[in-house]
Amino acid sequence: MVSLNYFLILAAILFSLGVIGFVMKRNLITMFMSIELMLNSVNLTFVAFSRHINSLSGQIFVFFVMVIAAAEAAVGLAIIVALYRNRESLSVDEVDRMKL
Amino acid sequence: MQTVLFFIFASIAVAAAINMLIQKHPIHSALSLIVVMAMLSIFYVMLYAEFLAVVQVIVYAGAIMVLFVFVIMLLNPKEGEHRPRPNRFLLLGGVPLGLCLLIEMALLIKQSPLGEGEGGTRLVGTTEAVGRLLFTDYLLPFEFISVLILIAILGAVVLTKREL
Repeated sequence: MVSLNYFLILAAILFSLGVIGFVMKRNLITMFMSIELMLNSVNLTFVAFSRHINSLSGQIFVFFVMVIAAAEAAVGLAIIVALYRNRESLSVDEVDRMKL
Repeated sequence: MQTVLFFIFASIAVAAAINMLIQKHPIHSALSLIVVMAMLSIFYVMLYAEFLAVVQVIVYAGAIMVLFVFVIMLLNPKEGEHRPRPNRFLLLGGVPLGLCLLIEMALLIKQSPLGEGEGGTRLVGTTEAVGRLLFTDYLLPFEFISVLILIAILGAVVLTKREL
């Protein structure tokens, strides 16, 4: 049987890969996908703990996190589309001014 | 046997996540992220969370990532065009910091006594069990979430209109 530690370390690895991707990449869409990777690693932590402490509340929280991630993806991608229409660039270095 | 399978799928998930960061074009990153989602669904099945495994494939890999792929195809970003290159040191400094974060988390996980042990009868996350909990104990967050989805729909529609 796989103990809890293995799942937690895997979730930690995925989370830090998401952090590295968010900090390093300059493309807006790839930064967004790193955020989704971070959310997924947190979901894995929730489910692993839910199995370990024998309670289904962790899985309910994962359900809510998935719904929030879906809403966030929809609105965030709408913002990216609107931004691309204005600035014609997806690089985060070129959209760093609020001035049009 | 289950440990061997866990390590196989875990290495595929980590390899796909690293591939997501390495690729230049966002579409390849999106496809690698779909692989990560599928591996996570396998882990949910391994942790007896069957409802979440199916929801993960349907919602995450089947709706959110498809939305990402649609937006990437719509915007059609070029691979690595002539944009101002920031300081190379700043970019590559992210990897050691991320590794520091990982080592910190791994040390915290290792020294906690929670992690060992398995066994005994445990709850299985069937659809009935999760649904029963969702509609009795967690009814209020459920209603709020539905309002939040409505707000997200309205926001996405308003933000992408050409003229308001």
